[in-house]
Amino acid sequence: MTELSNSIQVMGLSKSFADQPAIEDLSFQVEPGEIFGLVGPDGAGKTTTLRILAGVLKADRGSVIVGGHDVASDPQTLKRDISYMPQRFGLYEDLTVDENIRFCADLFGVRRKLRQDRATRLLAACEMSEFRGRLAGKLSGGMKQKLGLVCALIHAPRVLLLDEPTTGVDPVSRREFWNMLYALVSEGVAVLSSTAYLDEAERCHRVALLYRGRMLMCDSPKGLRDAVKGAVISIISNQARQVQELITGDDRFAHSVLVGNALHVFVDDAGVRIPELESSLSAGGISYEEIAQVAPTIEDLFVHAVTSEVGH
Amino acid sequence: MTEADYAVVAEALVKRFGEFAAVDRISFPVRRGEIFGFLGPNGSGKSTTIRILCGLLKPTSGRVVVAGHDVSEHAELVRQSIGYMSQKFSLYNDLTVRENLRFYGGMYGVSGAQLREAIAVTLEMAGLTDMESTPVATLSGGWKQHLALGSAMLHRPPIVFLDEPTSGVDPVARRQFWQVIQRMGAAGTTIFVTTHYMDEAEYCNRVVLINHGKLVALGTPAELKREKLGGELMELVCEPSWSAIEALKALPAVVDAFVFGNAIHLLVTDSTIARAEIQRLLQNAGVAMVRFEPIRPSMEDVFVQLTVRRNAAHAEGAAP
Repeated sequence: MTELSNSIQVMGLSKSFADQPAIEDLSFQVEPGEIFGLVGPDGAGKTTTLRILAGVLKADRGSVIVGGHDVASDPQTLKRDISYMPQRFGLYEDLTVDENIRFCADLFGVRRKLRQDRATRLLAACEMSEFRGRLAGKLSGGMKQKLGLVCALIHAPRVLLLDEPTTGVDPVSRREFWNMLYALVSEGVAVLSSTAYLDEAERCHRVALLYRGRMLMCDSPKGLRDAVKGAVISIISNQARQVQELITGDDRFAHSVLVGNALHVFVDDAGVRIPELESSLSAGGISYEEIAQVAPTIEDLFVHAVTSEVGH
Repeated sequence: MTEADYAVVAEALVKRFGEFAAVDRISFPVRRGEIFGFLGPNGSGKSTTIRILCGLLKPTSGRVVVAGHDVSEHAELVRQSIGYMSQKFSLYNDLTVRENLRFYGGMYGVSGAQLREAIAVTLEMAGLTDMESTPVATLSGGWKQHLALGSAMLHRPPIVFLDEPTSGVDPVARRQFWQVIQRMGAAGTTIFVTTHYMDEAEYCNRVVLINHGKLVALGTPAELKREKLGGELMELVCEPSWSAIEALKALPAVVDAFVFGNAIHLLVTDSTIARAEIQRLLQNAGVAMVRFEPIRPSMEDVFVQLTVRRNAAHAEGAAP
């Protein structure tokens, strides 16, 4: 039963706003102890999905089952099990850190002793113990997000829903935030988190890439990278721009991107194309420091998937 | 190099708002023709700095030379030599792309054949040639960004300042925008650009990392990754999954360790020694090492290590 109650199953979820589809036929599953990332740019449907899962928005079609309970038909039962942290989390800026935590704990009827133990542990985990008496309004952006997470966790939910929790958060706080999530899932909690940072997808156990309401792909970060057909070749050169001009119009090197002092070229087969590039470069009289195959990033993958799908 | 070889020179720049030092003794030179990235989290002092460089805000102390002119003495001359795209740029939604550019041309005093030529070049560079008659209101956020950049460059300034141009833009548009910046850089324009996206450092020739108003590091992205990380970055994968971070951190050759997706990332002083130490630890825990190999550090890794070290130095009362 515990196993089951920490999982999320989403089947055929669709939602439109004034005939404009926000999400179309989404299906995925989040296992207990897993961090599942909903990854995509603004307008991909991340917030809509999370709000339906949290029971604050009704889907047009499809179902969401959390721990065997249908969210739409049985929202009250699930309230205790799910915690939802929206993008703009409603902290009380004129209350202190401790007072905000107590307020959230009272909403869920968490007993005093339990609340104190959890607050101490959670605040220590996010390096905020020394700020318990500070007004929430006086916290930095990163600390506000961490306090939001502490509040969301004070009733020990089994499923945690986070909407872009690290947007605008500095890298150090971002890492502490993720450390807390990893500690949480090691206790069996299921975490569904959205992000617009594609590099953050690498930190999730599995991710769904969303674009304009539809799922492009769903797999582990490694699985996604392995699914990339072809390879990325990086040419480091002071004449990277000339390299790009040289290969423009050549179907073998149809897609390339300038990255600082390098040009990244997307090809079908690095083993074949590297020697070909080398000979074109020397024929063109262009010098270069290095030419090598590099691992594609999730961003490479996303841009590739989107451009091939919609002909951006 | 003399001062004339630099597009921008900032010396011991300080800006205080009351007690708060938004910019705290920052110095850096920007070479002519380079794409210079100014990286830091929100609230680290990026916008304050860029506004001082453009002559829009007076520093509390320090000196700025832009395009050979001292900003405090010749703000007018500086403004003629630069383009500036602010975080919240303004375009006229009810005008077309071309009409917007014409309007900005008028503001900068460009007219006639010169303006027509400038608009053609700008449209081409920004990739907007097919959209010149499109009303701005119907453009996507990404294309608006391109147009705002084009507007800031219409008078062909030798130096352009861009304040968080890619903030809130989707990844595909973000990448396209950087391609435009690269084209402009290749055409000889000096570009000073701020961003809080650490991964965008890769698009720059050189970058500055700032945090809490202080300069943390300066160099090419490759230099910073090579020299400032303070060790080798390794990825560890175990079977069955295992993540005793504290035990790993306690090993002599391990500087730092943190969970990263299905793996653990470690910063180590020496990978051979670390491998032996970790293997011993895993053996005692009955866990197998599936993979332990070097990975490419990201600019975010560099930033986190530098700021954590700096904070630790502060805590001990030592000078950073």
